[in-house]
Order: sequence, then structure tokens, then C-alpha cells
Amino acid sequence: MGLGRYILRRFVLSAFVVVGVTFLVFIAAQVVPSDPAALYAGPRPSAEQIEKARAELHLDASLPVRFIAFAKAMATGDFGVSYKSRRLISQDLAAFLPATLELAAFSTFLALLIGIPAGALAAAYRGGWPDRMGGLASIGAVAMPAFFLAMLLQFVFAKWLGVLPLSGRMSREISISDPLLPVTGFALIDALLARRFDAFGDAFAHLILPALTLAAYPAGIAMRLTRSAMIEILERRHILAARALGLSRRRILFGHALPNAVGPALTVLGLSFAFALTGSVLVEIIFAWPGLGRYVSEAILSKDFPVIAAATFVVTLCYAAMNLILDLAQALIDPRVALK
Amino acid sequence: MSSLLQRLGWQGALSLTVILIAFGLALVAPWAAPFPDQGAGAPSIASKFLPPSADHFLGTDHLGRDMLSRVIYGARVSLTSGLLIVAFALLVGLPVGVLAGYFGGWLDEGLMRLTDVFLAFPALLLAVLMAAALGPGLLNSIVAVAVTWWPWYARMARAEVLALRGQPYVEAAQLMGVSHPRIILRHVLPAAVRPISVQAALDVGPALLTASALSFLGLGVSPPIADWGQMVDAGRKFFPERWWYSAAPGIAVFVLALAFSILGDALRDRAGGRRDGSA
Repeated sequence: MGLGRYILRRFVLSAFVVVGVTFLVFIAAQVVPSDPAALYAGPRPSAEQIEKARAELHLDASLPVRFIAFAKAMATGDFGVSYKSRRLISQDLAAFLPATLELAAFSTFLALLIGIPAGALAAAYRGGWPDRMGGLASIGAVAMPAFFLAMLLQFVFAKWLGVLPLSGRMSREISISDPLLPVTGFALIDALLARRFDAFGDAFAHLILPALTLAAYPAGIAMRLTRSAMIEILERRHILAARALGLSRRRILFGHALPNAVGPALTVLGLSFAFALTGSVLVEIIFAWPGLGRYVSEAILSKDFPVIAAATFVVTLCYAAMNLILDLAQALIDPRVALK
Repeated sequence: MSSLLQRLGWQGALSLTVILIAFGLALVAPWAAPFPDQGAGAPSIASKFLPPSADHFLGTDHLGRDMLSRVIYGARVSLTSGLLIVAFALLVGLPVGVLAGYFGGWLDEGLMRLTDVFLAFPALLLAVLMAAALGPGLLNSIVAVAVTWWPWYARMARAEVLALRGQPYVEAAQLMGVSHPRIILRHVLPAAVRPISVQAALDVGPALLTASALSFLGLGVSPPIADWGQMVDAGRKFFPERWWYSAAPGIAVFVLALAFSILGDALRDRAGGRRDGSA
């Protein structure tokens, strides 16, 4: 398969996946046990109010008609109204998405920053104590429930050592008395734009613990992947040649082996981003992080299904777009991928 | 038995022991728990929020229930969810993968694109969506996680069957005019099932981890049934002053998931496979 055909096929598959995802969310909305009209009509509705809601939600139309209407609404970003707050879901999503993306991006960065050097180190000292410690840490990171790690980090760094804030995205002194103007929605960028370095430091301190929680699992995976890629590369002939030429060990490891081993890092990038998006549902509520995850977990408690469906839909689209970009990037960097 | 121990190494053997003990305790919870009635949910307000002591090894919760008993009872829900998630996922994934791999062509293309759609969701979010749609409850949360799990088995089964389909003995059976269902059931499935069943056994750990995340979010069993994820969440309100409330069930999830993970690595190492991160 040529590169052009591969790219085309990848786009077609993505389009198919988006339609499929829309359909699945629609189906999920059909099996909700409670009557959506009754929920939509508000607390203790009368029979007429429910009838009115039913008409407004087009609940009497046939399934295919409703699916088309649903898909149209999703495509135009019309996610309806939250049962609980009565606010437009699209507005809420726009307000909460940047906080989650900021957290996801930073935790992905942390995962690669920790995982890749740790994996390289483990491979360089294969069988030695850095390898064993790293192996233990990566297994632990994979088995640790995110919600429990979050509380553990809070306990150690916020309560015990008192060096980092317990929760929230910004200290009260800044968010209430002297708030940042939301330009991009990303607190770090907004602080820099406003040249508010106090706010930047504050936002950064709040970001560390939740990002670390979300980085643990992908960092463990990144470490394992880098380690096995490094070990495989260190056995290749060009490394042998470099050693025969008398290059230093450090130069061989970091100049010749590591650049060839970061290929899997792209895979981890996608995985890490996905994990952060999903894990945000668990982690944001613990850290009181005002993002999509907390929005969803609060919607679960109030049985606010349209919110859950819309958030799942948007996050899945982000995830699919990310996967598409990564696959294309990988095919461009290493055209052999497209040939498979 | 000694050869099994040798094959697993001490870490693997230790993990297997932990898993077996957890299953054992879950089975005999009414006898193993020091306060069986409290483990099952009966409150005992007089003894609420006691820190860990000789009487209450892991302390007590906000209703005065012995945490050790609650954790032992919680093992029942966790292990049941882990096992049933994997079982349900196999029940759907295996036939899908076998049919796709065996018949190929349009059926293969169609079924694999269907699995792509399910894999397009970040797993926990799809589980949250499904669990929210189905409503809370143990069976619903199990089904919700299984919905995200089966595509992996479908892919594995397909890959196995694709490799087997070209084997001479399968081709011979086809030439002899043996019917497709019979070839699948007698000649292909038994050979494909072995590697998948090992993977499935090890997946019980990650599966119960996901189930505990759902119950942490309030989508699992309803109280007073003991459930680790739900207990961690309940203890959150009293954290960190009454740290033992969240810590006991949290550590329980971690240790059990860790045991499955280490056992998996030990098995893979002995099998000569590469230890990579494809979890």
C-alpha cells in the first residue's frame, strides 16, 4: 500500500469511527431506564409538561429519524441542556475542556520526561539495580488505581510535607481577588500572556499533583517500551561498530541508541493522552480540578445523562483526532508503517 | 508443583499465592471476617472511626464497621466483577474474532471495523457511558466494562485463527469436506483458546481495577454491600484525618492488581515472550 493510499484509508476509517461513535452514544441514550422527557421537564413535572418536553425532544419520532436529528445536533455542537443546571451543555464543555486539555498535555509531557530516560537508564544498566528498581516502579505504576494514587500524593505532598496545594486550579487569593482574564482557557498560557508570574507559579503548583497522578501509568509503559527498544538496538551492528571505533559509552547510549529508540514514544504519546483524558474523570473530582472529568463525575451522581453523553462524545473525538494525527505522523516519519 | 514454582520464580509464586488467598478469603468471607455481620453491612455506631488497633486491625468506618471485615467482603465483589467482566468479554469477543479470522473477506472487514468503533472510545469513558445508561448495580457495571473489553479478545482470537487457518491439518479437514462449524469447533478453537485463556486469566486484575474505578464514581454496587472502589470514595470525605478508611480498600485493590500484573510478567518471561508495555 502506498503512502497516499494509506493516508486516504486512515481518513476513511476515522470518518467511519466517528459515525460509529455517534451511533453508539445514541444507542446508549436509548437504553437509559428513566424517561428523558420526565427528567427534561424538571422536578415533579405535570403530565402536560412531560408531553411538551416529549415534543421538544422529538421523542415520538421513529428511531432512524431521531438518529439523524441526533447526529445533526452532535455535528453542530448542539448538545442540549443539562437536566440539572439547565445550562447549555456546549457552553459548559467549552468552559471545562481547556482545563482538562491543559492537565492532559502536562501529564503526557511528565510521562515522557520520566519514562523515556528511566527506560534508557534501565537498558543501559540491564540487570543492575536501576533496571530492577525501574521494573518494580513500572509494575507498581500500572497496578495502582489512579483514584488511590491521587489521595496518596495529596497525603504526602499537601498534608504531610505541605509543599504543594491540596486541590483546585488556582489559589483563592488569585482566583477571587485578582483573577486572570481567560483568553485561551489554559491557566499557564493566560498567566504568561498577562505577564502575571505569581499566577503562573500558582497555577503550576496546582498542576503538579494531578498531572503526576495521571502520568504514573503512561510513564511506566513508556519506560518498558523504551527499555525493550533500547535493548534491541544495543544489540545491532551499528552499535557494535561504534564500540569498535572506541566511542564512549555515553555517546553510544545517548547519541546512537536513544534516538533510534524513541519511536515507541509516539505510541506512548497517544496512550498517555488517552489515559489522561479518561483518568480525568477519577482524578479531577479528587483534586477539585474544574475540568470535563469533574463535570462528568458530577453528572453521574445527578444522573444527568445528556452531559455524560456529550462529554463522552467530545472526548472521544479528541481521542480519535489524536490517534489519526499520530498514525499519520508515524507513517510520514517511518514510511514502512504504511506498507504493512 | 515445584516445577511450577521454578517456572514462576519467587515473585510469580508470591503473586499467585496472594491471588489464591484473596479468592479463598472471598469464598469463606462469613467465617474469615472477624465481624461477619458488619462485613455484610450491619452498622455498629458505638465503635465508629476507631483507628487501627488489636480489636480492629484496620480500624472502623463511619458506621463503626470493622474495616478488615469490610475489605474481606469487598474481595467478593471485586473478584466477581473481575471474573465476570473477562467471561462476558470472551463470550462476545471470541466468536467475533473466530468468525472474522476464519471466514475473512467482507465479514472480517465488517466485524473488525465494528471493533474499531468500540476501541475508538477511551475505555473507562465508554464504561462510564454504558454504566450511566444502564443505571447503577453490580451486573450493570460488569456489563459496562465488558463492553469495552471484548474487542481486545476479538482481535486476539482473529490473529490466532488467521495463523491456524493456513495450517495443513485445517486445510486437510476442509478438503475432506468437514463442515465449517465442525472445523471451527473441533480444529481451530481448541488451538486458539489456549493463548487467549492465559491472557484472559491475567486480565482479571486490570478488569477489577476498572470495575473499582466505576464503583468509585458511584456506578457500582449500592451500599451496604462492601465494595473497594466505593469504600475508597466513602472514605474520601474523612480523608486524611481518618486515613485508614480509604487506605485499607485502596491498598487492597492495589495489591490484588499488582499480584495479577507480576504474575503476568512472570508467565510472559518464562514463555520467552518480550516484556513490552502492550497492556
